[in-house]
Amino acid sequence: MLKTLCRKMMSKSCWVYHANSGGCNGCDIEVLNVLTPYYDAERFGVKLVASPRHADAMLCQGPALRSTAQALKRAYDAMPAPKVVIAIGSCAGGGGTWFDSYAVMGGIEKVLPVDFFVPGCPPRPEAILHGVAVALGLLGKSLQPRPPLVQPTFPFPRYQPPAAPVNEPAPEPAPGAKKTGSSD
Amino acid sequence: MALMSKLKEAWIGISAGTVTLPYPLAPHPPAPGFRGRPVFDASKCIGCGGCASNCPAREILIFDPCQELRVIHYLGRRCTSCGRCAEVCPEKAITMSEAFELATNHPADLGQRMTLFMGSCQRCGRCFTAPSALDTLKLTGYRVDDVEAGRWVFLSRSSAPGTPPADVEIEL
Repeated sequence: MLKTLCRKMMSKSCWVYHANSGGCNGCDIEVLNVLTPYYDAERFGVKLVASPRHADAMLCQGPALRSTAQALKRAYDAMPAPKVVIAIGSCAGGGGTWFDSYAVMGGIEKVLPVDFFVPGCPPRPEAILHGVAVALGLLGKSLQPRPPLVQPTFPFPRYQPPAAPVNEPAPEPAPGAKKTGSSD
Repeated sequence: MALMSKLKEAWIGISAGTVTLPYPLAPHPPAPGFRGRPVFDASKCIGCGGCASNCPAREILIFDPCQELRVIHYLGRRCTSCGRCAEVCPEKAITMSEAFELATNHPADLGQRMTLFMGSCQRCGRCFTAPSALDTLKLTGYRVDDVEAGRWVFLSRSSAPGTPPADVEIEL
């Protein structure tokens, strides 16, 4: 009962905690841009708070580094129970361009259970706003997964003739009928 | 003086009007030249792998499950939309779309996977593409109108394993 109430209320007033675990500050600037009057995320009840203990959602920027993974985990553990983790940017989503560095463990999901991904480097402020709105259930997902593209004509297995004998001469059609038959 | 500055501030606030975008409720397309999600076109791709070797984030994987097939798998998770794949592509099979609303709870949605047919060298086993459209036709076979017999015939240089190379008649 209380849990469903909490979930219902969360979409109306979501307080977000802004956690940078070693990104380049590009995504931070875009997140702060979302809170300016131009994009005005506060009309959806999204408010930036300074402590993870006050937060409902965590906006993670930057990859999980060996030096900051523990701090990130502690910040996540400090958040009260219905919590959402949104990985913003390509670093938080998959480790970023320096994913193979010795200091980078990979994306945020190596440390935290991530609920939503907002890819981009950095994502547009609109994309972050859209991601938060999708995470809160205000909007539907607009990303359509592309089906696997298979080249339309494969030579193997190639056309198998039906059981009709191949070498049998075809019945000679009338010249007029032949013309119409081969026109397509 | 303080009152005057407050009045001035109020005037600035009133004259600015509403600056807030109605964004999530109304679309706000990006400026021209914006690079969003790359879109792969399987019909143009020749499978050269230039995109994979130029991707800074190593997001495009290429593997050959057998001699004739090449799978190009774009993961899209740490893609920075830098556009180097689209720039290096000789066939312009990759276009940078303007899609930016990519928020998802399932990161596999971001991926794109292409399975391409490639010719393969019989000596070294490596994939190649036929250099011209005519050579592709010779590999894949094509339909011709057999005027003398009055029928369509499927011509090809190669054949299915276990069958002798023969022209195949197509029923219309």
